[in-house]
Amino acid sequence: MSAETRADIVVIGAGPAGIAAAVRATEANRRVVVLDEAPNVGGQIWRHRSVGTLGTDARAWIDRLSRTNADVRRGVAVVDVVMGGESGDITVVAERHPGGVAVIRASALVIATGARERFVPFPGWTLPGVTGIGGAQALLKQGATFRGKRVVIAGTGPLILPVAASLTDAGARVMLVADQAPFHAVRDFAISLLAQPETLLQAAMYRLAFLRTPYAMGTWVTAASGSDRLTTVTVANSRTTWSLPCDFLATGYGLVPNVDLARFVGCTTAEGAVVVDERQGTSVPRVFAAGEVTGVGGVALAVAEGEIAGAAAAGVARIDPSLGRRRQALRVVARRMERAFALRPELRSLARDDTIICRCEDVRRAAIASLSDSRQAKLYARAGMGACQGRVCGPALELLFGWQPGTVRSPLEPARLSTLSTAALAGAASSDAVHSAGS
Amino acid sequence: MTARKADAIVVGAGIVGAACAAALARDGLRVLVIDAGGAALGTTAAGMGHVVVMDDSPEQLALTRYSRSLWRAQNDAVRVASELDWCGTVWVAEDETQLDTLPAKQQLYREHGIDTEVLDETSLIEAEPQLRRGLAGGLLVPSDGVIYQPAATIALLALARTMGAEVLERMPVEEIVPCGVRCGADTLRADVIVNAAGAAAASLTPQLPVIPRKGHLVITERYPGFCRHQVAELGYLASAHVMTSESVACNVQPRSTGQVIVGSSRELVGWDASVNRRVLGKMIARACAFLPGLADLTTVRTWTGFRPATPDKLPLIGRWPEVPGLWIAAGHEGLGITMALGTAALLADLVAGREPAIDAAPYAPDRGVAAGVH
Amino acid sequence: MPPRPPGPAGLVTISADGRSVRVPSGVTVAAALLELGVAAFRRSVSGEPRAPLCGMGTCYECRVTIDGAAHRRACLVTVADGMHVATAAGGEERQP
Repeated sequence: MSAETRADIVVIGAGPAGIAAAVRATEANRRVVVLDEAPNVGGQIWRHRSVGTLGTDARAWIDRLSRTNADVRRGVAVVDVVMGGESGDITVVAERHPGGVAVIRASALVIATGARERFVPFPGWTLPGVTGIGGAQALLKQGATFRGKRVVIAGTGPLILPVAASLTDAGARVMLVADQAPFHAVRDFAISLLAQPETLLQAAMYRLAFLRTPYAMGTWVTAASGSDRLTTVTVANSRTTWSLPCDFLATGYGLVPNVDLARFVGCTTAEGAVVVDERQGTSVPRVFAAGEVTGVGGVALAVAEGEIAGAAAAGVARIDPSLGRRRQALRVVARRMERAFALRPELRSLARDDTIICRCEDVRRAAIASLSDSRQAKLYARAGMGACQGRVCGPALELLFGWQPGTVRSPLEPARLSTLSTAALAGAASSDAVHSAGS
Repeated sequence: MTARKADAIVVGAGIVGAACAAALARDGLRVLVIDAGGAALGTTAAGMGHVVVMDDSPEQLALTRYSRSLWRAQNDAVRVASELDWCGTVWVAEDETQLDTLPAKQQLYREHGIDTEVLDETSLIEAEPQLRRGLAGGLLVPSDGVIYQPAATIALLALARTMGAEVLERMPVEEIVPCGVRCGADTLRADVIVNAAGAAAASLTPQLPVIPRKGHLVITERYPGFCRHQVAELGYLASAHVMTSESVACNVQPRSTGQVIVGSSRELVGWDASVNRRVLGKMIARACAFLPGLADLTTVRTWTGFRPATPDKLPLIGRWPEVPGLWIAAGHEGLGITMALGTAALLADLVAGREPAIDAAPYAPDRGVAAGVH
Repeated sequence: MPPRPPGPAGLVTISADGRSVRVPSGVTVAAALLELGVAAFRRSVSGEPRAPLCGMGTCYECRVTIDGAAHRRACLVTVADGMHVATAAGGEERQP
């Protein structure tokens, strides 16, 4: 069964950027539909089961959203987006997990699809017990307990400190926290944060929360082992290698913007992020983008961008200039962070010939190492052909071989065949809009 | 560029070109295969991987049967790499009219040494439980199969290489000239030039009556056992046969991974590769009309491709008299994968001056196919 | 199993690989299975055990069968009273 809704703006993604956009747009008296595939709003960083567990900013925004008349749909995954021809409609088709299809027609779109973790393949990374760093945090917030479990956190980037803190608070025995970034890079970045003392203070608070755990820079995981699940982790720095027994390894190397939907719709991207102007407009008319999808930069930046995008999508002529100034300042910090946590070359050689690169299809490094691009890897070796359509192995192929991702096709998420039929009817009703955009 | 002069240059490293390269190399020719992109990434990549007999015409039946038998005889390396699975085909009769055509079809196949079984409604459902009730019956062709054609192409090229062939990828051929091909500033010479450039064959040999006939496909997650055979409606033949601007027909295929590929559609819209939602919807509806359970399967991707279509539905295999040294191996519409080996065998026989195993005259590229009949 | 309202302390009853268990309402199926000590949510195409990686619906490693529907991402579904969950260990669903 499918239900059709007319709205002014569809916001895809109910994380900080999507929430801020929806709030601003409804304040400007627009009818807004918000879509998110998770059971709750909040995206990754504001993930919660009860709002009481959130910080004041997060709670305030989520509260504000609930008091608007925005139509917030949870548990729906966007499967197709039809860009209108002369009718001007943008039609979004989303599948509800248990059953049913939602079709929303609107005049503007805000893409707030966030970012996902970058995973670097290494021997044993597919074992149960190996999760992302954000992944561990997400599972913790979803109700998994790590109490008493031995945990190693190894990767890079700003997720490490808050996740180490929250796992420790949750009763995990965090044995080691390791960042591959060299000490001097992290130190220099910390010094640069003196200009944002609250951020520096927050980082110090996080570190205090796991003070008894060694925090090693210039250190990275080289292997995980165990028979049916993780039992041992091996880590290395430039001088030595050592192993430690553990139950969970939380490992991830920064964030990758989720640009597939934006690319599908025809938005220009650069360096893996959606290109936007000062009103958060993309290269496609009436399509806006905000948050991590335009470039990884943290929650405050996502909110600022979301506010601007929501107002712009609503046609607000004069947007509060302080938002733009805040955005500018936060982007500077974001760029510095990216440089500080750049990936060291050793990470490219962790995967051996028999290490799985594409987890959906069990494609090992040896099967693709001699190939030339992602398309060959997909067609000859099946890498990227599975359920995740390259979202996990794509960044690894880029890191290991420099390959760019291929064309984005529908369905944007796996969807029932009957949902594709509904998308077909929805597309046909937008009579000029039969053909999907190139990408 | 290669240092040694080639005896034969095959333009196009798709499945037809790869098969031709292997066949010519087996005859002792020094073969160079050239492709503008990567091997198997053009016309070949988008297809369904059928190895089937089809009887739109006696000539089509003869070539598909011959070619299929060559797939059966392939060595282990190629067979295993191709994931060859002789799962068979079930042709479905929707109504009594279609059912009534089956005895004659069975007889025709019998005369060509192809065993089949006519199914009534009960045995049809036994053969394929996911088919809806109320269909008239069907014809089971147990000797048909499915391959993973990108892997088959790579395996055939590897085989050709063991016999001395060279493969040059990412080398666009701009022009075919007498006994040569021009790539940028260089002209590579050979006594035998084979145009096996798939749906783009006419761009190199402008009078070739090959045009792109677009198709859509959808692939699902893994559902092993959802269908046991390829399932095609008898109406598929009509869809493939008539060159109307648009048609859909049920054609569903189980892959060795357990995924299901759902097809088929045909359109004449030039080279527009975008997914046409309306046509996709019609195609899905048609497939679900036969296999209702398809509707609930999770899909992971949709894509399009271009079949190289000719006016009389037969491929073009043989000499192209207009250009010295030029041979054609193109125009296979939706049967390129099936016919690749038969095409290559015929071509190699003709090049060597041998009598081919089947009469090659019906596939002569200059058979006077009327221009403009598309 | 007929659904029942959440019991004391907000617990719901689900069936995980045939075992009837009480789990807190509001947790995801992924979290519930991890709590139950399930190591292998699914088997990869070459038979390896797999469990959640990304926790956010991107990696598809947490796929299980929920109420008869295969390929559902456990990290995106909240537990509900009466829910049937089958993992690779349960052997009910072979789909990798």
